[in-house]
Amino acid sequence: MVLTGAEIVVRCLQEEKVEYVFGYPGGAVLFLYDELFKQDQVRHVLVRHEQAAVHAADGYARCTDKVGVALVTSGPGATNAVTGIATAYCDSIPLVIISGQVPTAAIGQDAFQEVDTVGITRPCVKHNYLVKDVREVASTIRKAFYLAASGRPGPVLVDIPKDVCTQKCEFDYPREITMRSYNPVTKGHLGQIRKALQLLLEAERPMIYSGGGVILSDAAEKLTRLARLLGFPVTSTLMGLGGYPASDGQFLGMLGMHGTYEANMGMHYSDVLLAVGARFDDRVIGDPRHFGQEPRKIIHIDIDPSSISKRVKVDVPIVGNVADVLDEMIRQIESGGARPEQDALDTWWKQIDEWRRRECLKYKNSDEIIKPQYVVEKLWEVTGGDAFVTSDVGQHQMWAAQYYKFEKPRRWLNSGGLGTMGVGLPYAMGAQLAHPGSPVACITGEASIQMCIQELSTCKQFRLPIKIVNLNNRYLGMVRQWQELFHGGRYSESYMDSLPDFAKLAEAYGHIGIRVDTPADVEGALREAFKQKNELVFLDFQVDQTENVYPMVQGGKGLTEMILSAEDL
Amino acid sequence: MRHVISLLIENESGALSRVSGLFSARGYNIESLTVAPTEDASLSRMTIVTTGSDDIIEQINKQLNKLVEVVKVVDISESAHIERELLLIKVRATGKDREEMKRMADIFRGRIIDATDTSYVIEMTGNQQKLDSFVAAIDGAAILETARSGVVGVGRGERVLKV
Ligand SMILES: Cc1ncc(C[n+]2csc(CCOP(=O)(O)OP(=O)(O)O)c2C)c(N)n1
Repeated sequence: MVLTGAEIVVRCLQEEKVEYVFGYPGGAVLFLYDELFKQDQVRHVLVRHEQAAVHAADGYARCTDKVGVALVTSGPGATNAVTGIATAYCDSIPLVIISGQVPTAAIGQDAFQEVDTVGITRPCVKHNYLVKDVREVASTIRKAFYLAASGRPGPVLVDIPKDVCTQKCEFDYPREITMRSYNPVTKGHLGQIRKALQLLLEAERPMIYSGGGVILSDAAEKLTRLARLLGFPVTSTLMGLGGYPASDGQFLGMLGMHGTYEANMGMHYSDVLLAVGARFDDRVIGDPRHFGQEPRKIIHIDIDPSSISKRVKVDVPIVGNVADVLDEMIRQIESGGARPEQDALDTWWKQIDEWRRRECLKYKNSDEIIKPQYVVEKLWEVTGGDAFVTSDVGQHQMWAAQYYKFEKPRRWLNSGGLGTMGVGLPYAMGAQLAHPGSPVACITGEASIQMCIQELSTCKQFRLPIKIVNLNNRYLGMVRQWQELFHGGRYSESYMDSLPDFAKLAEAYGHIGIRVDTPADVEGALREAFKQKNELVFLDFQVDQTENVYPMVQGGKGLTEMILSAEDL
Repeated sequence: MRHVISLLIENESGALSRVSGLFSARGYNIESLTVAPTEDASLSRMTIVTTGSDDIIEQINKQLNKLVEVVKVVDISESAHIERELLLIKVRATGKDREEMKRMADIFRGRIIDATDTSYVIEMTGNQQKLDSFVAAIDGAAILETARSGVVGVGRGERVLKV
């Protein structure tokens, strides 16, 4: 069948069973939009800014196991998308971004709305393509979906010049893709797995350190099985939350800069560490030299060999898909019959329980002023711990991670790697579209929410009944915290002046807005909001302005050098 | 430590910038980088001379392998190998210096491939040190222009880099 390039693009999206394309039209993609108009299988979500298109596609991908798709025009459409692309890249989220480009003959002529999109995005995509020939459109899009979702996932951009959309060729969607230059490993090396198991079974102070890779490879159940078989403590990175049920006794909470006392101490003093789909990032282990002071054996399972021994030397590297490797480990333990040495493990658990008794997440609640932690705790209660929760970046993000106890994977959506303020609302849009009947909450701050506030309009158009939980402290709270602790209390440009009345703003967009000033009203307001099954409710909580996130490991310090509360200062 | 890394990469537009971008983004050194198509026109071979600690070289290898269009990477300097670089040097060749320049070129087994009344162009191949020594050995004031190709190399014996 002979089709135009634009027809082929839309056919490809249909072949890939794409439900939603998040996008924004413009000159270079007019033919593509024309084809979208003529069909109703692939639905288009018109955002209000291209950054949000990519974030929403990214949010959609995070809470499903599908590839998110965004569509933007050339020039400013593509540059607006860059923050979204980089955000997805840093967290290894599978996306396909289709961007329009000026006609092939105009490329390099400084044409209207021309930028070198492939050049600009090269450092923040898994791969990208400029398609100059209509005969390559189908195979390139097929490759893009394959690359985005396989191996270590990531965003792939396909740049399509306007004239390629109008040229014609025979359409034939390739089923199979083979690329001689790209063959991601899945199964782990059996010898390495055996070595790892031996270390684990001999461990006296073991620790399982789980990361976003567990979520991305849908390995949460396997991780839980393995951990229970072994009886080992589990900690998780910010990106790994939900990979192991937070209510389980073996879970020590998040580790790292704002991790729990028990998780950070346990990590540091472990003698055998099993790292699963995590990458020893600077926000997780602090200073690698300090971390290296304690002797320990490290086993590292990761699909990306370049993540192994990058910041920390590893003793037993296992390159492979986390789910496959965990499967094999479970199989071998179950068939082998050997179990860890129980006496040593008991002693280790006693030590951990002692650390737990510090109750590092305890905070002083108040009757007069709303504590942000209290709002998150109540949100958890009201939603039965079962909502899709997105966050922006700042203190509220850390409180969300600390106090909303995630039981299941793909429920927690935030920008861990790039730390992009503004993702919260678009992530919630993606999540709500992917899970129409489920509660979706966006925990945000008054600064972050303003970075993509225009999407309240998209939410109205697509009737997305998101609940926005704004922890309004009238400060760039996380910036203020660092200034208080490390810059002599000089609050340079971190006060948020001239804030809008968020409740009224929400109303102006056609939503419900509620301002909450006292702790006694917190729970009622949350319950009221979640009763509104068909409405977006913007809850503007006026919270304590001076609250800080603890525990805290200062940047560049060691994991055990935690500030547990203001009294430690 | 100095390493010579050879790789095969799909001969696509932009392939070179993916590699050079990787080196600059991650702060790796490039002493020289050469690239040209192979006998299989769909593949290019690149040779990169770089320096770094063992950890950095390991990361460079892994990061190169991670590039979607890279087919194969070998650190040819890890075992016996041959390196060559081409030098084209234009030198002043007048008076008694003219004879001396020819003598030096002969000693280093260079060839004069162009000559005018006042200048020579000398072609010379060898490893980096040999070319460096030649450039150091002749009178610096006589050098008008140099062009060096950067290093290419292959492993000795049976070892081959091929898909
Ligand atoms: C796009 C972007 N710009 C700047 C920053 C730096 N930054 C990190 S947290 C933060 C303050 C966030 O304030 P708010 O959204 O009110 O959240 P809070 O910390 O008060 O909870 C800033 C400016 C960032 N992460 N992202």
